Order: sequence, then C-alpha cells, then structure tokens
Amino acid sequence: MSGFLVKRTVQSLVTLFGVVTLVFFIQRLTGDPVLLMVPEGATDADIEALRRSLGFDRPVWAQYLDYLGGVLQLDFGQSIARNTDVLSVIAVRLPYTLLLAAGALLVALGIGVPLGVFMAVKRGTLAARAAMAVVLTGQSLPTFWSGILLILLFAVTLGWLPSSGARGASSLIMPSVALGLLSMATFARVARTSVLDQLGRDYIRTARAKGVPMRRIVSRHLLRNSSIPVITVAALEIANLIAGAVIVETVFAWPGIGQLAIQSINARDFPVVQAIVLLVAFAFILLNLIADILYSVVDPRIRLDGSGT
Amino acid sequence: MSAPLPPPAGASRPVRRIDRRLIPVLPFIAVFLLFAIVALFAPWLAPQNPYSQDLLGRLRPPGDVVRGTAYLLGTDELGRDLLSRVIYGARVSMLVATLSVVVSLVIGVALGMLAALFRGAIEILIMRIVDVFLSIPPILLAIITVAVLGPGLINVVLVLALTRWPRYARVAFGQTLSLVNQPYVRFARHIGNSTPRLLWRHILPNIVGPITVVATLEFGLMVLFEAGLSFLGLGVQPPMASWGSTLNVGRNYVATAWWIALFPGLCLFLLILSVNLIGDYLRDRLDPTSKR
Repeated sequence: MSGFLVKRTVQSLVTLFGVVTLVFFIQRLTGDPVLLMVPEGATDADIEALRRSLGFDRPVWAQYLDYLGGVLQLDFGQSIARNTDVLSVIAVRLPYTLLLAAGALLVALGIGVPLGVFMAVKRGTLAARAAMAVVLTGQSLPTFWSGILLILLFAVTLGWLPSSGARGASSLIMPSVALGLLSMATFARVARTSVLDQLGRDYIRTARAKGVPMRRIVSRHLLRNSSIPVITVAALEIANLIAGAVIVETVFAWPGIGQLAIQSINARDFPVVQAIVLLVAFAFILLNLIADILYSVVDPRIRLDGSGT
Repeated sequence: MSAPLPPPAGASRPVRRIDRRLIPVLPFIAVFLLFAIVALFAPWLAPQNPYSQDLLGRLRPPGDVVRGTAYLLGTDELGRDLLSRVIYGARVSMLVATLSVVVSLVIGVALGMLAALFRGAIEILIMRIVDVFLSIPPILLAIITVAVLGPGLINVVLVLALTRWPRYARVAFGQTLSLVNQPYVRFARHIGNSTPRLLWRHILPNIVGPITVVATLEFGLMVLFEAGLSFLGLGVQPPMASWGSTLNVGRNYVATAWWIALFPGLCLFLLILSVNLIGDYLRDRLDPTSKR
C-alpha cells in the first residue's frame, strides 16, 4: 500500500513541476511576454519600464527559477490591472466557483446516478432507451447554449429566476444546471456500467431467488456495491466542473475565477490567467491522486503493482 | 510471383451483412454529411451575403420579409441574414475541426509511435510531456495558449493542434507498444526495414482503428472548443461568422431576439451529437479494448 502511495505521489509531484514549467513557457510562445501585458498604445519607454519592473530583462533561466520558487511559496506575482498580489485577487472569486461547482455536482449526481441505475435495471426497455437519449443529449449540449436556453425559458419567458449575477440562492440554480448537465451524462454512464456489472453477480441471483423485492435489492445491495466507480469519477469530475465553469460563468455573469480569467485576458492581466490555470491544474492532479488512492483503499487488488489484476 | 493461395479447406466466405448497431446511427451519419455538404458549398447555398448589413432590417424575427427579401431565420443585430451566417458558420466549424484534428493527429501519432519503438529516454521524455499536457483541463490550456497567441481562425487551429496531440500520442504509444514485440514486427526490423518504413508499413496500419475512434471523438470536441473560444471572444473574430460568436451576440439579445442564439446553437448541438454517436459506434466496432 505505502509503496503504491509513494509512487503515485512522486508521479504527481513530477507532473505538477511539469505543469508549472509548461505554463511558464507558454507565456513565451510569441517570444516577448511583455507585449502580452502592456496596454494598447503603450510607448516603447513604457514597455521597457514594465519589462524591468517585472524582471523580464533578465535571462530566461533566472526568470524561470524565480517563477518556480514563487509558485512553491504560493506567490503567483502581482496582478497588473489590479495592483495587488494575484492570490488575493483569486481568493475573492474562488468561493463563487466552488459554490457553482458544488451546485453542478449536486445536479449531476442527483440526476445522473438515478438515471444510470434506472437504465441498468430496466435494460432493454423503451424507458431505458429514452433515458439513454437524455444522457446522449446532455453529453452533446454545449454549456453556453444550454445556459442561454435556460435564461430564455426561466428568466425571459417565465420570469422565475434572475438571468445573471450572483444575488442569492436563486441565481445559482441555472448556472448549476447548465454546468451539471454535462457531468450528468458521465455519471449516468458510469452508474449504468457499474450496476450492470453487479447485476450479473451471484449474490444478486441469490437475493432474487430468496424472493427479495427488486426495490430492496437495489437499495440494499446494488447501490452500495456499485458506488465505488461513481465516487472515483466524482473526484475527477469536480476538476472538470471547475474548468467548465470558465464558460458557464461568462454566460451567467457569475463572479467566479472563470469570469475572472476571461476578464483578465481582456485586460491583458496575464499573471492572473496563469495563476488560475495553475491552480485548476493543481486541483486536477490532486483530485486524480485522491481518486487513485480511494480506489486502492476500496479495491485492494489495485495496490500491489499499481496496475490492477 | 506466386499465385495467391487458395482458401484453406473448411473456411467459408464471411457473410457480408449490415451491422445491426449501425442502423440507429445512420440518421446521424446523414446529419454529419449534411453539415459537411453545407460547409463545402456554403457560397452556393447561402441565400444572402453573410456580411452585408441592413441597419433598417435589424433583429427581424424568422420568416420576416424586409423590402422583398425573405429572412427564413430572421436577421441579427446588424441586419445580416441569420440563415446565411449559420451556413457560413458550418464552414468555420468544419474547417477548424478538420485542420486541428489532422495536425494534432499527425504530431501525436508520430511521437507516440516513436516513444514506443525506441523506449528509454525518448519514451520518458515524450510520455512525461504527454502526462503534463493531459493534466491541465483542455479548455483552460486552450484559453491560456490563445491568450498568448491572440485570437483568429489560424491561431485557433494552431492552439488546438498544439494542445490536443497528447491524446493521440498516448493511444498510439499504447497500441504500438503492444505490437513492437510481435514476431512480424521483429522480423520486419531484423531484415533491415528502416524506421520510417517499419512504422508506416507495419505498425500504422494495425493501429488505425483506435486512432480513428479518438480522432472522431476529438472532432466533436474541436467543434465544441472552436465555438467555445469564439463565444468567449477568443476565437474566430467578427465579422467572420462562427456559431460560437453568433451565440455570444444571441446571449446579449436573448430577451428581444431569441432566434440569434437558438439556430446556431441547434446546429452546434446536432453536429456534436452526430459526431459523438458516430464515435461511439466506431468505438464499439473498431476498438477491441473497449467494452460497454
């Protein structure tokens, strides 16, 4: 167990280091990162002044080491547009994104898992096929379109919900649904496969032979045993939801880090964009690690060599 | 030259039948082909010039007739014919998706095969880079790269090609790895085939199936990403007609002109849905490692 844990943790750290390096060098794709950050219409003197104040006049390797050292101490530099440090700019917005991701996860799990269980238990029926159509639709709906459709229906036509902003719990509903629909399809598929896998097992046959009603079999036996893949997928989906929030937040003017990222690109505030990408990638890697560990705790066959049986 | 061997005794000719799983996918193949045709022949199919503005005919609802011209899907905020813009939008979607899939596929498959063939330091270098790329959520990676390179059609293709190759590399690597120790590959190597010939003639034809599956699913994703980037204002720039940028306009006029957001979104959804279903079908058919 500990060998597997150590190996995976080291792997994750190496990947983390790689991500920081990649993000640092993406900034240099066009050669001169300073041009990314100066406001339009800046004079040559302005550009030189900014270059010096940001340290871009030094050798690249020195900048890289500095950047790496900064990130290690969670120092992502200064926001150019806001004149404060990047981390405090993000800290104000992060709770909104987490709230949105939590809402979306709730929607995705709440609809996806029952749908998946239903599709497996009622396999081959017309109702199960209809459920599959719902899943396929959810999987192919671009969030920025479903978001607009929700606004059209619930804000413009019916007037039940606010169309944008973050004023109270009611403004969280539509963004959560728009974002959650995509993950809903993932959960439904995983739950379906997992339940189908369990349905063929001996213990289910025994329970049915004993005359245990199907409803009880599902609630007492099936759900527990098929929950493992769903839990691990949930860990991975959280990261996807945070990334997907970039677009949904723009649709609904939700003040999270996604909207901040786009605003910062438009304001040429590159350090903020960089930090947001890094933070989400960190979360992604960490959640991946957690999912692996969860899996190995629940299913001991995975631990030994890290590859399963 | 020797004559082809006769079939071994007892071997019957395989019966060619239409795969039953194909039937429900057929309508979606038709939808995809329809979009492809619309994209190819956009200049002949569009009833109007997609760029010509009519400020007196702004925000007209579908079916409205302005001074003798019928606007089947209505007009946008500058009085441009929405149907024509949606038709030209198909062109942008298909073009960006096709180009970015081709470029990232070529880069990714080549690197993946090389890593599996040479192993050692080359494998470690390539596959660790793949791990790093795949650990950044794809839309964020695309956004930060486009933020550096700047928006525009060519840059969007460049960004998608630069950020999407690792997925092909990982599949090509795994598939090639399972082949390199096969007797026929070792033999082909032994008798002195050059590396490019070995990869091209002996390995590539045997990994085409799984690569095709990834490419199909990626195609749908690329359509989505182009639209997403254009929606955020980071992709194809006005006045060029992209479904994504039209949706962004539609978002702003949702209370007064619902059609601007409805029709491009519907096209986007139908195209992605049909590509996804075709991809699912191909995965069932071509990828021996997948099971449902």
